[in-house]
Amino acid sequence: MSDLEAVAATQGPTGQPPEPRHVDKRDKPRSLAGDAWNDLRRSKVFWFAAILVVVIVAMAAFPALFGAGDPRDCALSRQHGSPSGTAFFGYDFQGCDVYAKTIYGARASIEVGVLATLLSGVIGLAFGLGAGYFGGWVDAFLSRFVDIVLGIPFLLAAIVLAKRLSSDPTNNGITAVTVTLGVLGWTTAARIMRSSVIASKNQDYVAAARMLGAGPARLMMRHILPNSIAAFIVVLTILLGTNIATEATLSFLGIGLKGDAVSWGIAISEAGPYVRVAPAPLIWPSVFLAATVLAFIMLGDAIRDAFDPKLR
Amino acid sequence: MTNITAQIDALPGLDPHAPLLEVTNLHVEFRTQYGISRAVNGANFKLAPGETLAILGESGCGKSVTAQAIMGILDSPPGFVTQGEVKYRGVDLQKLPENERRKVRANQIAMIFQDALSALNPVFTVGYQLGELFRVHRGMSRGDAKRRSVELLDQVKIPAARARIGDFPHQFSGGMRQRVMIAMALALDPEVLIADEPTTALDVTVQAQIMGLLAELQQQRNMGLILITHDMGVVADVADRISVMYAGKVVEEAPVYDIYARPAHPYTKALLESIPRLDKKGQELNVIRGLPPALTAIPKGCAFNPRCAYAQDACRQDPAPPPHIVAPGRTARCHFWTEVIGE
Amino acid sequence: MSDRNDIVLETKGLVKHFPITQGILFQSKVGAVRAVDGVDIQLRRGETLGIVGESGCGKSTLAKLLVALEKPTSGAINVRGENMVTLKGGALRRARRNIQMVLQDPYTSLNPRMTVGDIIGEPFQIHPEVTPRKGRARAVQDLLDTVGLNPDHINRYPHQFSGGQRQRIGIARALALKPEIIVCDEPVSALDVSIQAQVINLLEGLQNDLGLSYIFIAHDLSVVRHISDRVAVMYLGKIVEIGNDEQIYENPTHPYTQALLSAVPVPDPRLRGHRDQIVLEGDVPSPANPPSGCRFRTRCWKAQSICAEQEPLLQIRERSPHPSACHFAEPRDVVHAI
Repeated sequence: MSDLEAVAATQGPTGQPPEPRHVDKRDKPRSLAGDAWNDLRRSKVFWFAAILVVVIVAMAAFPALFGAGDPRDCALSRQHGSPSGTAFFGYDFQGCDVYAKTIYGARASIEVGVLATLLSGVIGLAFGLGAGYFGGWVDAFLSRFVDIVLGIPFLLAAIVLAKRLSSDPTNNGITAVTVTLGVLGWTTAARIMRSSVIASKNQDYVAAARMLGAGPARLMMRHILPNSIAAFIVVLTILLGTNIATEATLSFLGIGLKGDAVSWGIAISEAGPYVRVAPAPLIWPSVFLAATVLAFIMLGDAIRDAFDPKLR
Repeated sequence: MTNITAQIDALPGLDPHAPLLEVTNLHVEFRTQYGISRAVNGANFKLAPGETLAILGESGCGKSVTAQAIMGILDSPPGFVTQGEVKYRGVDLQKLPENERRKVRANQIAMIFQDALSALNPVFTVGYQLGELFRVHRGMSRGDAKRRSVELLDQVKIPAARARIGDFPHQFSGGMRQRVMIAMALALDPEVLIADEPTTALDVTVQAQIMGLLAELQQQRNMGLILITHDMGVVADVADRISVMYAGKVVEEAPVYDIYARPAHPYTKALLESIPRLDKKGQELNVIRGLPPALTAIPKGCAFNPRCAYAQDACRQDPAPPPHIVAPGRTARCHFWTEVIGE
Repeated sequence: MSDRNDIVLETKGLVKHFPITQGILFQSKVGAVRAVDGVDIQLRRGETLGIVGESGCGKSTLAKLLVALEKPTSGAINVRGENMVTLKGGALRRARRNIQMVLQDPYTSLNPRMTVGDIIGEPFQIHPEVTPRKGRARAVQDLLDTVGLNPDHINRYPHQFSGGQRQRIGIARALALKPEIIVCDEPVSALDVSIQAQVINLLEGLQNDLGLSYIFIAHDLSVVRHISDRVAVMYLGKIVEIGNDEQIYENPTHPYTQALLSAVPVPDPRLRGHRDQIVLEGDVPSPANPPSGCRFRTRCWKAQSICAEQEPLLQIRERSPHPSACHFAEPRDVVHAI
């Protein structure tokens, strides 16, 4: 067998084509991520959503930056008072600073939202990858499990779980809500992952890798996962938005965060009965809540469009 | 069919002495975020009744876009016809309002595509799709339309046509589906048929059947046929005249016997030398080095110059070579065609 | 130089049936698609065996069987004397080094998320015993050079290359483990005519320089003739005729081969109307339900009652000096007939 090196030395490249013309001006390797970034940069929707998300995350991380007072500094003497000082939105029925509560409320929402989504992501990934890759009875079994979880009425399960997990009255229920949302919300992500994996599994390049002798681990990690994860990630960003909304719903219903937790849901819940007298404590948290959910969903949308190779 | 003749006569500019189909100086652009892609850059074609014109070229040369422009089914945006005329019997099709153009599209000029499975609607039976043509364009009743459909399927040699009229496209094999598509195209008795790579996706024995069928139908109806393909073997079998396209221009146009015997353009010549032949076991194939140009960055002068064995300085500068007259009815866009043909 | 008569690949009675099942929960087998139904081939060192046939003949399935992407229903595949069908695990992985494949579609055969360097280097990662880690980058660059690509493009992604270049990358990947046998599954069908010539020349050059043996599967008979030493014609899962280039193309003895050859368009308009045109009637029968006896009899102009009763074996016959599976095999030159 001749030496490959000797071949390379003696034989000039046969019919070597010149540089491909289809390179962009910078002539750098362009990955799909790079191409996607190029598209995203140009999208107004992306920038709008991204800026909004950054602002909200800043609110959650550094509430002091926004000049908010202490949300727990409440004095009944200020009940339903009009705006003064840094209390731009006035005071609610307990005399708490509405502006401060709104800003600080972001933290709970983002925390719960992100953690719950991560939990859902892990579970969904495992189920989707397993069902899609292995197929056969593994797929049948896992898919039926997904169907069962989907069949459980959400509110009922949330109430049961929240009650069980937050039996300790001292903590403010963040773990309970996170776990509840995480454990009930992974099904769509799992299904999306499963169909992406099934589509990727049949691609020629996977067959090529198998033919080279690649084992299941390498096939899954190197070939199937990177090519099927785009849709999954987008579903997760949308899930983030809905988790935030759901946390607010649970808190509103009284089965979410409790104690002295500050959250938009709680704020909305408490402001509800007094809306005729003082609408501001209801309106402001609602607006921020809606804007946050919208921002994450728009972000997910923009990223999905950018990563979709069919739209190139 | 009287109302059809009345419709044709009513078209503005109709000239009984004009060629059946004439495309003059056609330019088509695609405006994308990566730049302007010049798909067709001055193409000229003429077609007479009963004649088969083959448009030969590789992917990206603009042949499919030309067909779409003739039919008026260009995706616009991003595609635009920026210059040129498409005349059917003297009638300038570009200037017609869309509803008039639509009538011409089915009744006078028809088209068949490469992939019959995606060209036929999968949720309707073949009989329904065929019948629809008659019901909409000819105002026929359901019963009459069905009868005509069965006749048509018979004409394209689908066995047991009456039984198969109720079948869906996926129930037919590839070759049969292609016949169904031909039937649909010929339903309204057009005078021009454009076939865009009709047999590329088919097996070679089926290809022979389909090409034979097309030739027979063309003869029966004295139809003009434009065959778009990259297969030089198929073209040799059926074409009367060939137009070779490269980077959106017709680089050579000649009767079929002349072009194979003595090509006058380096691209045609190189193409002929690079295909393996069934009847000869050859040595190394001659390659055309390099790649076709990106349509957003077509080289100055002659678009083929970077890959051409005969290229000289004149070829690398504008203006591009005009179509030189090689012989009556033969042109070649090459400054040095005499050299090329001489060998 | 090693013995030219050295057999590097041999299949014996290779069969692959795909079961057709019905039922949602408990699937019962109601039939089988007999994609490959008893194929015996031999490949010698340095030779190219072409396999031609139309869609549904089983050649793609045969390709997958040879590189162990599918497990045969029965039969043996002997590579260097070892039956690959019986191997598992590590032994199978090692055996794969000897037989690699070039796939048909250059647009889907490369992982779009991996750089070219990663794609070509992956074989070295899966088989670390072939090249030590230090030498791998160099080996990849040499491979790029061998197939006529610029070694500096090692960090580019597949979509930055043209179809022909991607096919070269696929070839480089197949060469990485220095196999003796390469199965080419329609390697040029998806390419433009002018690029096909480049890739075919490359494959031929590599064969000469590296002493490779090819199984070249294609539907384009002209291309197969150009590159092959011997050719096998497949129909509905069986080989119906096998011989060298001259025997098959100039003296085909099986009716299907003759029909196939007569249908191939030749780029010479002077032959128009003069060629021996055999136009077959009807469609290819379903591989799930092949005709009894000779499978080609439903479309054959020579068919007699014996064709339905007795399946003709692939063997040398009275009027066919090369193996042919027809009771009435006789030569007929369709390619040159004028």
